Amino acid sequence: MTDVTQNSGPDTRFELLVSFWKHFRTNKGAVAGLIFFLMLVGIALGAAFIAPHSPIVQYRDALLLPPAWQEGGNWSYVLGTDAVGRDLLSRMIYGSQFSLFIGVVVVSVALVSGVCLGLVAGTFGGWIDTIIMRIMDVILAFPSLLLALVLVAVLGPSLLNAMIAIAIVQQPYYVRLTRASVMSEMSREYVMAARVSGVGTLRLMFVTVLPNCMAPLIVQAALSFSTAILDAAALGFLGMGAQPPQPEWGTMLAEAREFILRAPWVVTFPGVAILSTVLAINLIGDGLRDALDPKLKRS
Amino acid sequence: MLRLILKKLGLLIPTFIGVTLTSFFFIRLLPGDPVLLLAGERGVSPERYQDLMMQFGYDKPIWQQYLSYLANLVQGDLGTSIVTKQPVLQEFMTLFPATVELGFCAILFAILVGLPAGIIAAVRRGKTLDHTVMTTALAGYSMPIFWWGLLLIILFSGILGWTPVSGRISVLYWIEPVTGFLLIDTLLSDEPGAFTSAVSHLILPTIVLGTIPLAVIARQTRSAMLEVLDEDYVRTARAKGLSNFRVVGIHALRNALIPVITIIGLQIGVLFGGAILTETIFSWPGIGKWMVDSIFRRDYPVVQGGLLMIAAIVMLVNLVVDLMYGLVNPKIRHTE
Repeated sequence: MTDVTQNSGPDTRFELLVSFWKHFRTNKGAVAGLIFFLMLVGIALGAAFIAPHSPIVQYRDALLLPPAWQEGGNWSYVLGTDAVGRDLLSRMIYGSQFSLFIGVVVVSVALVSGVCLGLVAGTFGGWIDTIIMRIMDVILAFPSLLLALVLVAVLGPSLLNAMIAIAIVQQPYYVRLTRASVMSEMSREYVMAARVSGVGTLRLMFVTVLPNCMAPLIVQAALSFSTAILDAAALGFLGMGAQPPQPEWGTMLAEAREFILRAPWVVTFPGVAILSTVLAINLIGDGLRDALDPKLKRS
Repeated sequence: MLRLILKKLGLLIPTFIGVTLTSFFFIRLLPGDPVLLLAGERGVSPERYQDLMMQFGYDKPIWQQYLSYLANLVQGDLGTSIVTKQPVLQEFMTLFPATVELGFCAILFAILVGLPAGIIAAVRRGKTLDHTVMTTALAGYSMPIFWWGLLLIILFSGILGWTPVSGRISVLYWIEPVTGFLLIDTLLSDEPGAFTSAVSHLILPTIVLGTIPLAVIARQTRSAMLEVLDEDYVRTARAKGLSNFRVVGIHALRNALIPVITIIGLQIGVLFGGAILTETIFSWPGIGKWMVDSIFRRDYPVVQGGLLMIAAIVMLVNLVVDLMYGLVNPKIRHTE
């Protein structure tokens, strides 16, 4: 690793990446989280090859089968089956696709729209800034899960609408972060230099200033990735997210609710999956924060 | 101080207007005819439709409708539930104490466990205990609480049989609502065992709702403590030969508390979100369950009114936290 740094010479971006990785590597929890996350990505991408069964085929002769290691279990359904005879392991494997997809879509939508609004508010100031920030205040005045729930009620319950709703309630954090860093960057000399040399406003916003605001945004993206998965699972649990028979983990929990005392395994495994995924991403987020900016504190 | 209060209140006004606009347009954004949605009726005759239209003021221009909506709000009229035909505000007031009781217990639980946990982690910085506490806290922060609730029900209600599965109190008791807080009302009533029943119903929901605030408080306490433990006055206190307990528990903690109190205040909004899930799992008859049920019953006037009330309460609590922050921190009070 060190050899590479010495040889790379003027390539400062690469050097930055290496020094970031050196910091990140020292945080054992973050590395463990990263390994788990990469495994999950692998499982999600290879779901069709790994999963022993289809996630939605109902095996009517194997209803509510316990996991293989328990009495009455069957090794062809390793984690058992649910109330309509679907293989739990296969549903869990396919469920990882949903969670990662939700995380990626929500973060991308919230990040892109939030950064654009934040850049506009921070660059132009004045009444544009006031309007944007007041609207964000209104979104933040509602508890996020409640607002997401009501938005889904307006849009109609589906996975897509749940993702849109969650992206809307997360966007204000990106707007605030971007605006704050843009405003502090705007008074710096390099921005003045760029202005004097005649750089256009759009180029100033996206090329000159934005790259210098990235550190807090990356950390926020990691944290909101995990929040998005949690909120989507919560909406699924309330019947307002992914709809059955989609094997989304929160939706699986909702279907399993009435069997909690008879068949605890149908409740246990999807929850473990949500918890460990969210925990892994939060560990990565903590590591990112420490590596990118030691001064940033978790609120 | 008065200027600070007025300034903060002034900042809240545009947000509050935005909140009223949101709840006003909520009904109009729903798919379907708003008049029929508000009346909760389908397939009405044209005459009846005209009546309803007049009744809800839909024949007037939209800005007049909004103004009369605001005028109704000021008089405490949040509309009428389609399902129960009760005024929304009255329903809210009946159910609100249950949520407050649960939320208060949850925050208390979070403080009683989270604060000591954070202090211990800070004092034992870098040691195994610190790592254990902080990993547990992060797991708590990552917890899907709807699953956590189901898990606790399986363990404590299913396997051990220690706690009831749902509700606020055993159906055997009828408690006259005096304050609306069952813990107090059961003590006031002379029913033997009623208080115990209320407590046993409250334990699991409290743990579930308190888990995320607990994790946040523990993490915040640790980082605030670490910051002050390096300060000169802590070193001075140690040099004076004060006991470790006195240094940590009094000199350091008192100064670390300000950010922790702020974080606790900011958890109120989070609590409402958590209450939606917790109350649904435990069939707790509070605001959260009421909102979810109303969304499913398409009782939109209730959703509209509840949304507004909850936002107003969260804003009010945040304002109070802000002001308290100014009260304990003279720097803020005087720069404003």
